[in-house]
Amino acid sequence: MSGKHTGFTHGFAATEHDTRGALAEIMMRLRIIGVPDEQAGGVEIAVTEAVNNIVEHAYRDVDRGSIMIRAGVTGNVLRVLLVDEGAELPGAELPAGRPANIDTALDDLPEGGFGWFMIRTLTRDIRYRRWRGRNHLRLQFDLIPTVG
Amino acid sequence: MSLTSTATDTAKIITVNAARIDAVMAIQFKDDMREQAGDGPARVILDLSAVEFIDSSGLGAIVAAMKQLGSERKLDLAGLTPSVEKVFRLTRMDTVFNLFGSLDDAISTEAADPSE
Repeated sequence: MSGKHTGFTHGFAATEHDTRGALAEIMMRLRIIGVPDEQAGGVEIAVTEAVNNIVEHAYRDVDRGSIMIRAGVTGNVLRVLLVDEGAELPGAELPAGRPANIDTALDDLPEGGFGWFMIRTLTRDIRYRRWRGRNHLRLQFDLIPTVG
Repeated sequence: MSLTSTATDTAKIITVNAARIDAVMAIQFKDDMREQAGDGPARVILDLSAVEFIDSSGLGAIVAAMKQLGSERKLDLAGLTPSVEKVFRLTRMDTVFNLFGSLDDAISTEAADPSE
């Protein structure tokens, strides 16, 4: 398998409901193309947060948007590309994704703002480009080869 | 969302009967927690052993549930599966909550109060 490229493309409606089924399907296909079980959890968190951001922010004012995900494994690298036709990221830039401040009183603990930080922590590389009216978010993960 | 609860003398145990606490579930979870944990013992143990995945919305909902309890009561978490624990560790929320490997662990250490 090493060195070979395997991949898939999956498109779905950007609603909370369709997203859940699509993510289950995508996780199944990621395992088939070689993402080991031990790493699937981290990949699932990062991809889910990226999809949530598209549904909640890029398509905030759109009833029926769509998301296209293309994933591929080459050697020990997993690349996941997410494409949507929603609003551009603010300032056309990736958010800094700073960790949420949790050194606060109980009442001030954050209930959100964890997403980009987790995406940045779980990926090796992340790129964003606005191109022809679409957002292209590219996540790259290192896969640790399993023995045997 | 499906939450069930039982009460011991010193704690209320709330079990999450769902595989995911995600963006679809988060609001329902908050409402159900308010209902289940509205009154009762000062200590609430949330049994997460059936939960295979949470996202940042789910994490936010658990934080909100703890805030709802107020400063006189507390929310402990038990039975975190690897992916769920990863989210708590990444966000350092593992330092805000008391985490127990299993519900039994949580119950058997009920006398301890690590917040003091």
